[in-house]
Amino acid sequence: MYNFDYIKPRTLAEGTKRLAGDMEAKPLAGGQTLLPVLKQRLNQPSVLVDLAGLNLAFIKRVGGKIEIGAMTTHAEIAAAPEVQQDFPALAELAGNIGDRQVRHRGTIGGSLANNDPSACYPAAVLALDAVIRTNRRDIPAAEFFQGLFTTALEPGELITAVIFTPPQRAAYVKFANPASRYAMVGVFVAKTTSGARVGVTGAGQNGVFRHTAMEQALDKSFTPEALEGVATDEDMMSADIHGSAAYRAHLVGVIARRAVKAIQA
Amino acid sequence: MPQLSLTVNNQPVTAEVEARTLLVDFLRGPLGLTGTHVGCDTSQCGACVVSLDGKSVKSCAVLAVQADGGHVTTIEGLAAADGTLHPMQAMFREHHALQCGFCTSGMVMSAIDLVKTHPEGLTEAQIRHGLEGNLCRCTGYHNIVKAIAAAWPLMQSEPLPYAAV
Repeated sequence: MYNFDYIKPRTLAEGTKRLAGDMEAKPLAGGQTLLPVLKQRLNQPSVLVDLAGLNLAFIKRVGGKIEIGAMTTHAEIAAAPEVQQDFPALAELAGNIGDRQVRHRGTIGGSLANNDPSACYPAAVLALDAVIRTNRRDIPAAEFFQGLFTTALEPGELITAVIFTPPQRAAYVKFANPASRYAMVGVFVAKTTSGARVGVTGAGQNGVFRHTAMEQALDKSFTPEALEGVATDEDMMSADIHGSAAYRAHLVGVIARRAVKAIQA
Repeated sequence: MPQLSLTVNNQPVTAEVEARTLLVDFLRGPLGLTGTHVGCDTSQCGACVVSLDGKSVKSCAVLAVQADGGHVTTIEGLAAADGTLHPMQAMFREHHALQCGFCTSGMVMSAIDLVKTHPEGLTEAQIRHGLEGNLCRCTGYHNIVKAIAAAWPLMQSEPLPYAAV
Protein backbone atom coordinates (compact mmCIF):
# COMPACT_ATOMS: atom_id res chain seq x y z
CA MET A 1 0.00 0.00 0.00
CA TYR A 2 1.21 3.49 -0.75
CA ASN A 3 1.12 5.60 2.37
CA PHE A 4 -1.55 8.23 2.98
CA ASP A 5 -2.70 10.58 5.70
CA TYR A 6 -5.59 9.57 7.89
CA ILE A 7 -8.17 11.71 9.63
CA LYS A 8 -11.26 10.79 11.57
CA PRO A 9 -13.51 13.85 11.65
CA ARG A 10 -16.11 14.31 14.36
CA THR A 11 -18.53 16.31 12.22
CA LEU A 12 -19.89 15.79 8.73
CA ALA A 13 -18.94 19.37 7.82
CA GLU A 14 -15.30 18.75 8.73
CA GLY A 15 -15.20 15.56 6.66
CA THR A 16 -16.91 16.92 3.58
CA LYS A 17 -14.75 20.06 3.62
CA ARG A 18 -11.60 17.96 3.46
CA LEU A 19 -13.05 15.79 0.71
CA ALA A 20 -14.30 18.73 -1.35
CA GLY A 21 -11.00 20.58 -1.11
CA ASP A 22 -8.76 17.71 -2.17
CA MET A 23 -9.53 15.64 -5.26
CA GLU A 24 -7.13 12.93 -4.09
CA ALA A 25 -8.84 12.52 -0.71
CA LYS A 26 -11.02 9.43 -0.29
CA PRO A 27 -13.74 8.63 2.21
CA LEU A 28 -13.29 5.40 4.19
CA ALA A 29 -16.47 3.60 5.24
CA GLY A 30 -16.06 -0.10 6.14
CA GLY A 31 -13.00 -0.44 3.92
CA GLN A 32 -13.86 -3.95 2.70
CA THR A 33 -13.46 -2.88 -0.92
CA LEU A 34 -11.23 0.18 -0.55
CA LEU A 35 -8.49 -1.46 1.52
CA PRO A 36 -8.03 -4.44 -0.84
CA VAL A 37 -7.87 -1.94 -3.73
CA LEU A 38 -5.22 0.10 -1.92
CA LYS A 39 -3.25 -3.05 -1.12
CA GLN A 40 -3.01 -3.72 -4.84
CA ARG A 41 -1.72 -0.18 -5.34
CA LEU A 42 -4.56 0.54 -7.74
CA ASN A 43 -5.21 3.85 -6.04
CA GLN A 44 -3.12 6.40 -4.18
CA PRO A 45 -5.24 8.69 -2.01
CA SER A 46 -3.67 11.70 -0.31
CA VAL A 47 -5.78 11.18 2.78
CA LEU A 48 -8.39 8.72 3.98
CA VAL A 49 -11.28 10.43 5.72
CA ASP A 50 -12.68 7.83 8.13
CA LEU A 51 -16.45 8.23 8.45
CA ALA A 52 -16.72 6.03 11.54
CA GLY A 53 -16.95 8.95 13.97
CA LEU A 54 -19.95 10.70 12.39
CA ASN A 55 -22.81 8.77 14.06
CA LEU A 56 -24.05 7.50 10.73
CA ALA A 57 -24.82 3.96 11.93
CA PHE A 58 -28.54 3.80 12.72
CA ILE A 59 -31.78 2.19 11.63
CA LYS A 60 -35.07 3.92 12.28
CA ARG A 61 -38.68 3.78 11.23
CA VAL A 62 -39.97 7.09 9.91
CA GLY A 63 -43.66 7.08 9.02
CA GLY A 64 -43.88 3.71 7.29
CA LYS A 65 -40.40 3.98 5.82
CA ILE A 66 -37.08 2.62 7.01
CA GLU A 67 -34.14 4.97 7.18
CA ILE A 68 -30.74 3.30 7.35
CA GLY A 69 -27.62 5.31 8.17
CA ALA A 70 -24.82 5.08 5.62
CA MET A 71 -22.32 3.56 8.09
CA THR A 72 -24.68 0.78 9.19
CA THR A 73 -23.00 -2.57 8.55
CA HIS A 74 -24.48 -5.45 6.60
CA ALA A 75 -24.51 -7.50 9.83
CA GLU A 76 -26.45 -4.77 11.66
CA ILE A 77 -29.02 -4.53 8.86
CA ALA A 78 -29.42 -8.32 8.76
CA ALA A 79 -29.99 -8.49 12.52
CA ALA A 80 -32.18 -5.40 13.03
CA PRO A 81 -35.70 -6.27 14.25
CA GLU A 82 -37.13 -3.28 12.31
CA VAL A 83 -35.70 -4.60 9.05
CA GLN A 84 -36.62 -8.22 9.80
CA GLN A 85 -40.22 -7.21 10.52
CA ASP A 86 -40.88 -4.52 7.90
CA PHE A 87 -38.58 -5.62 5.11
CA PRO A 88 -37.33 -9.20 5.66
CA ALA A 89 -35.99 -9.50 2.10
CA LEU A 90 -33.48 -6.73 2.83
CA ALA A 91 -32.36 -8.45 6.04
CA GLU A 92 -31.80 -11.63 4.07
CA LEU A 93 -29.97 -9.79 1.29
CA ALA A 94 -27.64 -8.11 3.79
CA GLY A 95 -27.09 -11.38 5.66
CA ASN A 96 -25.71 -13.08 2.56
CA ILE A 97 -23.24 -10.43 1.42
CA GLY A 98 -19.64 -11.63 1.45
CA ASP A 99 -18.91 -13.54 4.63
CA ARG A 100 -19.49 -12.91 8.35
CA GLN A 101 -16.32 -10.89 8.82
CA VAL A 102 -16.97 -8.72 5.77
CA ARG A 103 -20.53 -8.14 7.01
CA HIS A 104 -19.14 -6.93 10.35
CA ARG A 105 -17.23 -4.12 8.63
CA GLY A 106 -18.86 -3.42 5.25
CA THR A 107 -21.53 -0.72 5.13
CA ILE A 108 -24.58 0.03 2.99
CA GLY A 109 -23.33 3.54 2.22
CA GLY A 110 -19.92 2.29 1.17
CA SER A 111 -21.44 -0.35 -1.08
CA LEU A 112 -23.78 2.12 -2.80
CA ALA A 113 -21.11 4.80 -3.25
CA ASN A 114 -18.82 2.20 -4.84
CA ASN A 115 -21.59 0.88 -7.15
CA ASP A 116 -19.82 -2.35 -7.95
CA PRO A 117 -21.81 -3.99 -10.77
CA SER A 118 -21.95 -7.21 -8.72
CA ALA A 119 -23.00 -5.68 -5.40
CA CYS A 120 -26.29 -6.83 -3.88
CA TYR A 121 -27.89 -3.67 -2.42
CA PRO A 122 -28.26 -1.79 -5.74
CA ALA A 123 -30.81 -4.37 -6.96
CA ALA A 124 -33.12 -3.59 -4.02
CA VAL A 125 -32.40 0.14 -3.95
CA LEU A 126 -33.14 0.61 -7.66
CA ALA A 127 -36.15 -1.73 -7.78
CA LEU A 128 -37.84 0.07 -4.90
CA ASP A 129 -36.95 3.63 -5.88
CA ALA A 130 -35.21 4.11 -2.56
CA VAL A 131 -33.90 7.56 -1.76
CA ILE A 132 -30.19 8.14 -1.27
CA ARG A 133 -29.77 10.99 1.17
CA THR A 134 -26.51 12.92 1.11
CA ASN A 135 -25.11 15.91 2.97
CA ARG A 136 -26.55 18.05 0.14
CA ARG A 137 -29.73 16.50 -1.26
CA ASP A 138 -32.00 13.51 -1.70
CA ILE A 139 -31.17 11.50 -4.83
CA PRO A 140 -33.76 9.09 -6.30
CA ALA A 141 -32.23 5.68 -7.00
CA ALA A 142 -33.09 5.96 -10.70
CA GLU A 143 -30.72 8.92 -10.97
CA PHE A 144 -28.09 7.64 -8.56
CA PHE A 145 -26.67 4.63 -10.43
CA GLN A 146 -24.86 5.81 -13.54
CA GLY A 147 -22.91 2.81 -14.80
CA LEU A 148 -20.01 0.70 -13.55
CA PHE A 149 -18.54 2.17 -10.36
CA THR A 150 -20.18 5.48 -11.26
CA THR A 151 -22.82 7.36 -9.29
CA ALA A 152 -24.45 10.79 -9.12
CA LEU A 153 -22.27 11.70 -6.13
CA GLU A 154 -20.20 14.85 -6.61
CA PRO A 155 -16.83 15.62 -5.02
CA GLY A 156 -17.32 16.28 -1.33
CA GLU A 157 -20.77 14.71 -1.36
CA LEU A 158 -21.32 11.87 1.11
CA ILE A 159 -24.20 9.48 1.52
CA THR A 160 -25.68 9.90 4.99
CA ALA A 161 -28.66 7.53 4.77
CA VAL A 162 -30.79 5.36 2.51
CA ILE A 163 -34.56 5.51 2.81
CA PHE A 164 -36.65 2.52 1.76
CA THR A 165 -40.39 2.22 1.42
CA PRO A 166 -40.84 -1.45 2.32
CA PRO A 167 -42.68 -3.45 -0.35
CA GLN A 168 -45.67 -5.69 0.37
CA ARG A 169 -43.62 -8.80 -0.42
CA ALA A 170 -40.14 -9.22 -1.78
CA ALA A 171 -37.32 -11.66 -2.28
CA TYR A 172 -33.71 -11.44 -3.36
CA VAL A 173 -32.02 -14.47 -4.87
CA LYS A 174 -28.40 -14.48 -5.92
CA PHE A 175 -26.29 -16.93 -7.81
CA ALA A 176 -23.04 -16.30 -6.01
CA ASN A 177 -19.62 -16.81 -7.45
CA PRO A 178 -18.34 -19.62 -5.22
CA ALA A 179 -14.98 -17.91 -4.56
CA SER A 180 -15.76 -14.22 -4.20
CA ARG A 181 -19.43 -14.54 -3.07
CA TYR A 182 -20.25 -11.66 -5.37
CA ALA A 183 -23.42 -12.05 -7.41
CA MET A 184 -22.89 -13.63 -10.83
CA VAL A 185 -26.54 -12.71 -11.12
CA GLY A 186 -28.74 -11.36 -8.36
CA VAL A 187 -32.43 -10.60 -8.82
CA PHE A 188 -34.58 -8.64 -6.40
CA VAL A 189 -38.32 -9.04 -7.03
CA ALA A 190 -40.98 -7.08 -5.15
CA LYS A 191 -44.71 -6.66 -5.03
CA THR A 192 -45.47 -3.01 -4.27
CA THR A 193 -48.59 -0.87 -4.20
CA SER A 194 -47.50 0.53 -7.55
CA GLY A 195 -46.88 -2.86 -9.16
CA ALA A 196 -44.19 -5.46 -9.59
CA ARG A 197 -40.53 -4.45 -9.47
CA VAL A 198 -37.52 -6.38 -10.69
CA GLY A 199 -33.95 -5.21 -10.07
CA VAL A 200 -31.03 -7.14 -11.55
CA THR A 201 -27.42 -6.95 -10.40
CA GLY A 202 -24.25 -8.79 -11.42
CA ALA A 203 -25.34 -9.23 -15.01
CA GLY A 204 -25.71 -5.88 -16.80
CA GLN A 205 -22.88 -4.33 -18.77
CA ASN A 206 -23.76 -0.99 -17.21
CA GLY A 207 -24.37 -2.33 -13.74
CA VAL A 208 -27.70 -2.66 -11.99
CA PHE A 209 -30.90 -2.32 -14.07
CA ARG A 210 -34.65 -2.72 -13.79
CA HIS A 211 -36.10 -5.49 -15.92
CA THR A 212 -39.22 -3.71 -17.19
CA ALA A 213 -40.35 -6.59 -19.42
CA MET A 214 -40.44 -8.85 -16.37
CA GLU A 215 -42.24 -6.20 -14.34
CA GLN A 216 -44.96 -5.96 -17.00
CA ALA A 217 -45.32 -9.74 -17.15
CA LEU A 218 -45.59 -9.97 -13.35
CA ASP A 219 -48.17 -7.18 -13.28
CA LYS A 220 -50.40 -9.40 -15.43
CA SER A 221 -49.75 -12.53 -13.38
CA PHE A 222 -47.43 -12.67 -10.37
CA THR A 223 -46.21 -16.21 -10.99
CA PRO A 224 -42.91 -17.81 -12.03
CA GLU A 225 -44.69 -19.10 -15.16
CA ALA A 226 -45.44 -15.52 -16.24
CA LEU A 227 -41.70 -15.03 -16.74
CA GLU A 228 -41.34 -17.99 -19.13
CA GLY A 229 -40.39 -16.59 -22.48
CA VAL A 230 -39.67 -13.06 -21.21
CA ALA A 231 -36.44 -12.23 -22.97
CA THR A 232 -33.32 -10.72 -21.39
CA ASP A 233 -31.25 -8.88 -23.97
CA GLU A 234 -27.92 -10.69 -24.35
CA ASP A 235 -26.31 -7.57 -25.79
CA MET A 236 -26.85 -5.83 -22.45
CA MET A 237 -25.14 -8.56 -20.42
CA SER A 238 -21.58 -8.57 -19.17
CA ALA A 239 -19.24 -11.44 -20.01
CA ASP A 240 -16.12 -12.58 -18.18
CA ILE A 241 -14.21 -15.74 -17.29
CA HIS A 242 -17.05 -16.77 -14.98
CA GLY A 243 -19.82 -16.68 -17.56
CA SER A 244 -20.69 -15.54 -21.08
CA ALA A 245 -23.35 -12.95 -21.88
CA ALA A 246 -25.70 -15.70 -23.11
CA TYR A 247 -25.19 -17.62 -19.87
CA ARG A 248 -25.96 -14.57 -17.76
CA ALA A 249 -29.04 -13.68 -19.82
CA HIS A 250 -30.37 -17.19 -19.24
CA LEU A 251 -29.47 -17.06 -15.55
CA VAL A 252 -31.40 -13.80 -15.05
CA GLY A 253 -34.58 -15.65 -16.07
CA VAL A 254 -33.85 -18.65 -13.85
CA ILE A 255 -33.02 -16.56 -10.79
CA ALA A 256 -35.98 -14.21 -11.31
CA ARG A 257 -38.35 -17.20 -11.37
CA ARG A 258 -36.79 -18.50 -8.16
CA ALA A 259 -37.31 -15.11 -6.54
CA VAL A 260 -40.99 -15.03 -7.55
CA LYS A 261 -41.37 -18.55 -6.23
CA ALA A 262 -39.78 -17.52 -2.94
CA ILE A 263 -42.32 -14.68 -2.62
CA GLN A 264 -45.20 -17.06 -3.22
CA ALA A 265 -43.93 -19.58 -0.65
CA MET B 1 2.44 9.48 12.20
CA PRO B 2 -0.92 8.69 13.78
CA GLN B 3 -0.95 7.82 17.46
CA LEU B 4 -2.84 4.75 18.45
CA SER B 5 -4.09 3.49 21.75
CA LEU B 6 -6.16 0.40 22.17
CA THR B 7 -6.59 -2.69 24.32
CA VAL B 8 -5.12 -5.95 23.05
CA ASN B 9 -5.84 -9.12 24.99
CA ASN B 10 -6.84 -7.01 27.99
CA GLN B 11 -3.55 -5.08 27.94
CA PRO B 12 -3.42 -1.37 27.11
CA VAL B 13 -1.22 -0.63 24.10
CA THR B 14 -0.01 2.73 22.82
CA ALA B 15 1.94 3.11 19.59
CA GLU B 16 2.76 5.31 16.67
CA VAL B 17 2.07 3.71 13.29
CA GLU B 18 1.97 4.65 9.64
CA ALA B 19 -1.62 5.22 8.55
CA ARG B 20 -1.30 2.40 6.04
CA THR B 21 -0.36 -0.21 8.67
CA LEU B 22 -2.85 -3.06 8.63
CA LEU B 23 -4.16 -4.29 11.95
CA VAL B 24 -2.68 -7.73 11.26
CA ASP B 25 0.78 -6.26 10.62
CA PHE B 26 0.54 -4.20 13.80
CA LEU B 27 -0.37 -7.29 15.82
CA ARG B 28 2.28 -9.54 14.29
CA GLY B 29 5.06 -6.94 14.07
CA PRO B 30 5.36 -4.46 16.95
CA LEU B 31 3.22 -6.57 19.30
CA GLY B 32 4.78 -9.91 18.35
CA LEU B 33 1.40 -11.67 18.36
CA THR B 34 2.19 -14.05 15.53
CA GLY B 35 -0.66 -16.44 16.28
CA THR B 36 -2.77 -14.36 13.89
CA HIS B 37 -1.75 -15.42 10.39
CA VAL B 38 -1.67 -13.84 6.96
CA GLY B 39 -2.86 -16.36 4.42
CA CYS B 40 -4.21 -14.86 1.22
CA ASP B 41 -3.93 -11.16 2.10
CA THR B 42 -6.98 -10.62 -0.14
CA SER B 43 -9.69 -10.95 2.55
CA GLN B 44 -10.80 -14.39 1.44
CA CYS B 45 -9.08 -17.01 3.62
CA GLY B 46 -9.84 -15.85 7.17
CA ALA B 47 -6.48 -16.88 8.67
CA CYS B 48 -6.18 -13.32 10.03
CA VAL B 49 -9.53 -13.21 11.89
CA VAL B 50 -9.43 -11.49 15.27
CA SER B 51 -12.11 -10.04 17.52
CA LEU B 52 -12.48 -6.25 17.32
CA ASP B 53 -14.96 -4.80 19.81
CA GLY B 54 -16.60 -8.19 20.17
CA LYS B 55 -16.98 -8.91 16.45
CA SER B 56 -14.87 -11.14 14.25
CA VAL B 57 -13.08 -9.19 11.52
CA LYS B 58 -10.41 -9.87 8.95
CA SER B 59 -7.43 -8.01 10.34
CA CYS B 60 -5.84 -7.83 6.87
CA ALA B 61 -8.78 -5.65 5.78
CA VAL B 62 -8.73 -3.26 8.75
CA LEU B 63 -6.22 -0.48 9.32
CA ALA B 64 -4.57 -0.38 12.73
CA VAL B 65 -5.78 3.23 13.09
CA GLN B 66 -9.36 2.06 12.64
CA ALA B 67 -8.96 0.00 15.81
CA ASP B 68 -7.91 3.09 17.81
CA GLY B 69 -9.76 3.12 21.12
CA GLY B 70 -11.02 -0.41 20.53
CA HIS B 71 -10.67 -3.81 22.15
CA VAL B 72 -8.86 -6.50 20.20
CA THR B 73 -8.65 -10.16 21.18
CA THR B 74 -6.36 -12.53 19.34
CA ILE B 75 -5.81 -16.26 19.67
CA GLU B 76 -3.16 -15.53 22.32
CA GLY B 77 -5.83 -13.92 24.51
CA LEU B 78 -8.13 -16.91 24.79
CA ALA B 79 -6.53 -19.33 27.25
CA ALA B 80 -6.68 -18.67 30.98
CA ALA B 81 -3.58 -17.45 32.84
CA ASP B 82 -2.92 -20.98 34.09
CA GLY B 83 -2.90 -22.27 30.52
CA THR B 84 -6.40 -23.78 30.55
CA LEU B 85 -7.58 -23.66 26.98
CA HIS B 86 -10.72 -21.84 25.88
CA PRO B 87 -13.44 -24.46 25.28
CA MET B 88 -13.26 -23.78 21.53
CA GLN B 89 -9.52 -24.48 21.52
CA ALA B 90 -10.05 -27.58 23.64
CA MET B 91 -12.74 -28.91 21.29
CA PHE B 92 -10.60 -28.23 18.21
CA ARG B 93 -7.92 -30.39 19.83
CA GLU B 94 -10.38 -33.04 21.00
CA HIS B 95 -12.03 -33.41 17.57
CA HIS B 96 -8.91 -33.23 15.42
CA ALA B 97 -10.17 -30.03 13.84
CA LEU B 98 -6.71 -29.07 12.62
CA GLN B 99 -3.99 -30.63 10.57
CA CYS B 100 -1.37 -28.14 9.42
CA GLY B 101 -2.83 -25.52 11.77
CA PHE B 102 -2.36 -22.49 9.55
CA CYS B 103 -6.06 -21.61 9.40
CA THR B 104 -6.75 -22.64 12.99
CA SER B 105 -6.40 -19.36 14.86
CA GLY B 106 -8.74 -17.65 12.42
CA MET B 107 -11.14 -20.58 12.55
CA VAL B 108 -11.24 -20.50 16.35
CA MET B 109 -11.81 -16.73 16.46
CA SER B 110 -14.63 -16.98 13.89
CA ALA B 111 -16.14 -19.96 15.67
CA ILE B 112 -16.25 -18.21 19.05
CA ASP B 113 -18.00 -15.21 17.47
CA LEU B 114 -20.46 -17.55 15.78
CA VAL B 115 -21.34 -19.37 19.02
CA LYS B 116 -21.68 -16.10 20.95
CA THR B 117 -24.22 -14.73 18.48
CA HIS B 118 -26.35 -17.90 18.55
CA PRO B 119 -27.35 -18.49 22.16
CA GLU B 120 -30.44 -20.30 20.85
CA GLY B 121 -28.27 -23.07 19.36
CA LEU B 122 -26.46 -23.75 16.12
CA THR B 123 -27.37 -26.20 13.39
CA GLU B 124 -24.73 -27.82 11.23
CA ALA B 125 -25.95 -25.72 8.29
CA GLN B 126 -25.56 -22.53 10.33
CA ILE B 127 -22.04 -23.51 11.35
CA ARG B 128 -21.07 -24.18 7.74
CA HIS B 129 -22.62 -20.88 6.58
CA GLY B 130 -20.86 -19.09 9.45
CA LEU B 131 -17.49 -20.40 8.28
CA GLU B 132 -17.86 -19.03 4.75
CA GLY B 133 -15.09 -16.56 5.42
CA ASN B 134 -12.55 -19.16 6.58
CA LEU B 135 -10.73 -21.51 4.27
CA CYS B 136 -9.07 -24.75 5.37
CA ARG B 137 -7.13 -26.77 2.80
CA CYS B 138 -6.47 -29.83 4.99
CA THR B 139 -9.41 -31.01 7.02
CA GLY B 140 -12.36 -30.88 4.65
CA TYR B 141 -14.09 -28.87 7.42
CA HIS B 142 -15.94 -31.86 8.85
CA ASN B 143 -14.07 -32.03 12.14
CA ILE B 144 -14.08 -28.24 12.46
CA VAL B 145 -17.87 -28.31 12.29
CA LYS B 146 -17.94 -31.10 14.89
CA ALA B 147 -15.61 -29.17 17.21
CA ILE B 148 -17.78 -26.03 17.05
CA ALA B 149 -20.94 -28.01 17.76
CA ALA B 150 -19.20 -29.60 20.75
CA ALA B 151 -17.96 -26.23 22.05
CA TRP B 152 -21.42 -24.61 21.91
CA PRO B 153 -22.78 -26.16 25.15
CA LEU B 154 -19.47 -25.57 26.94
CA MET B 155 -19.69 -21.87 26.12
CA GLN B 156 -23.18 -21.38 27.53
CA SER B 157 -22.13 -21.58 31.19
CA GLU B 158 -21.54 -18.33 33.07
CA PRO B 159 -19.34 -16.89 34.34
CA LEU B 160 -16.77 -17.62 31.69
CA PRO B 161 -13.70 -19.28 33.18
CA TYR B 162 -11.54 -17.70 30.45
CA ALA B 163 -10.94 -14.35 28.83
CA ALA B 164 -14.14 -12.84 27.46
CA VAL B 165 -13.92 -12.16 23.74
